[in-house]
Amino acid sequence: MNKKILTTPITDEDVKSLRIGDIVYLNGTLVTCRDTGHKRRVLSGIVPRTDLKGGAVFHAGPIVKKVGDKWEMVSIGPTTSMRMEKFEKEFMEITGAKLIIGKGGMGEKTVKGCVENKAIHAVFPGGCAVVAAAEVLEITDAEWLDLGMPEAFWVMEVKEFGPLIISIDTEGNNLFENNKAVYKESMEKEMAELSKKLKYMNY
Amino acid sequence: MNKTEKFLDTTVKFINLVAKVLPDDVVERLKLLREKETVTMSKAIYDSMFENLEKAVSLDRPICQDTGVIQFFVRVGTKFPLIDEIGDLLYKATLEATEKVPLRHNAVETFVEKNTGTNTGKKVPYIDYEIVPNSSNLEMDVYMAGGGCSLPGRSTVMMPSAGYEGIAGFVAETMVNWGINACPPLVVGVGIGTCVASAAKLAKKASLRRVGSRNPEPKAAEMEEALEKALGNIGIGAQGLPGKSGVLCVNIENMARHPSALGAAVSFGCWAHRRGTISFDKNMNYTLLDHKGVTL
Ligand code: SF4
Repeated sequence: MNKKILTTPITDEDVKSLRIGDIVYLNGTLVTCRDTGHKRRVLSGIVPRTDLKGGAVFHAGPIVKKVGDKWEMVSIGPTTSMRMEKFEKEFMEITGAKLIIGKGGMGEKTVKGCVENKAIHAVFPGGCAVVAAAEVLEITDAEWLDLGMPEAFWVMEVKEFGPLIISIDTEGNNLFENNKAVYKESMEKEMAELSKKLKYMNY
Repeated sequence: MNKTEKFLDTTVKFINLVAKVLPDDVVERLKLLREKETVTMSKAIYDSMFENLEKAVSLDRPICQDTGVIQFFVRVGTKFPLIDEIGDLLYKATLEATEKVPLRHNAVETFVEKNTGTNTGKKVPYIDYEIVPNSSNLEMDVYMAGGGCSLPGRSTVMMPSAGYEGIAGFVAETMVNWGINACPPLVVGVGIGTCVASAAKLAKKASLRRVGSRNPEPKAAEMEEALEKALGNIGIGAQGLPGKSGVLCVNIENMARHPSALGAAVSFGCWAHRRGTISFDKNMNYTLLDHKGVTL
């Protein structure tokens, strides 16, 4: 099977045809930005050196170490994307970022942002931090180090970074929201069946 | 090395092992679930998980960047030679392992709200003791409690009329609403007790019981199996995406209860269920119970 690879800068064309559930990989530049970074970019107007037009952003707080004058990636994995729900839409508008990567789903506001800005949200498998680190070729820049290691704005070159499973597409489909509805329904059915078996109380 | 040094040195190496290699029972069950999975997205995640487990060993790095809060569940014989020093030694072992493994800094002092940067703090590492009469051995589980999988844990007290079906519903609801973000496939530990505290403690202990083991009480074992099947049928796969493989196991621990109170709790473990059990004899010779064929 051919791997579908996105390369930064990512265009409208690249993401338009992608749908929730599709699996893609990333080549090019990837930056980390999470809670405080989003807040800083959206509220303070402080702009990082790295241009994010057509860029890819990873909700992640890595473990890095300094070897000589270069930073090395030890371990990096996704963190819960929902924490960035408050600022993601504005973040996309201001920066022009096209691909947001994290863990778990995001909410309605981000869905709106994805539709309006022709952007997508994707998930990287949680807990696969060594795989992710091995797909990082090098750390090319480190900004906002004043925020501490997990919150800093790390700029990396990545090769075939993934698997990335699309969870929000440019049409506004939301994989995790759809799933939740399905799970709830089948949970009720399963529990109704199970209840019959668990009559252990005496009366 | 004297006994104290030997215990400390072995424990540091053991913490290192637990961060990098999953226990045999978990790996075995993950393999079965991977084979069973048919949905492409969930299968792709299983591929990454196994690649990650291999790379953790070959690159000598922790499986997940969140190495959690370190927790020890100790069963200590009353005649174990280091019985008076265990607490201090486990604290020291945590400090040392944080540097050596290395572990992420995961102890934030409450109210001060500052990360101590050492994985130690008030009552951290977390230590739970059980006394074993007339024994000179010590057995302990080491567990790395990640933030993601600690988050969905819940404990409650129901009216007994809610019944065991009420407990099952409570567990299922917690899993569907919050557990799906805790990196499934999940270890589901269920505690049935008489108050929030006793139920929660039993749930935690249930989550540390081996995958595939069963509660000795036949009805409890039956409920474990039935609930495992029902939760598995909901349609949740790896990482909470659609699939058939979202549950590693359901373990239940129980106790007697007050006639008018039914305590229930659920404690989850993620796919990277970093648990290990080690035992020491009176000369501090160790045996690894969940990592066969490994020497520290
Ligand atoms: S839930 Fe487990 S696997 Fe997922 S990020 Fe947390 S510690 Fe890692």
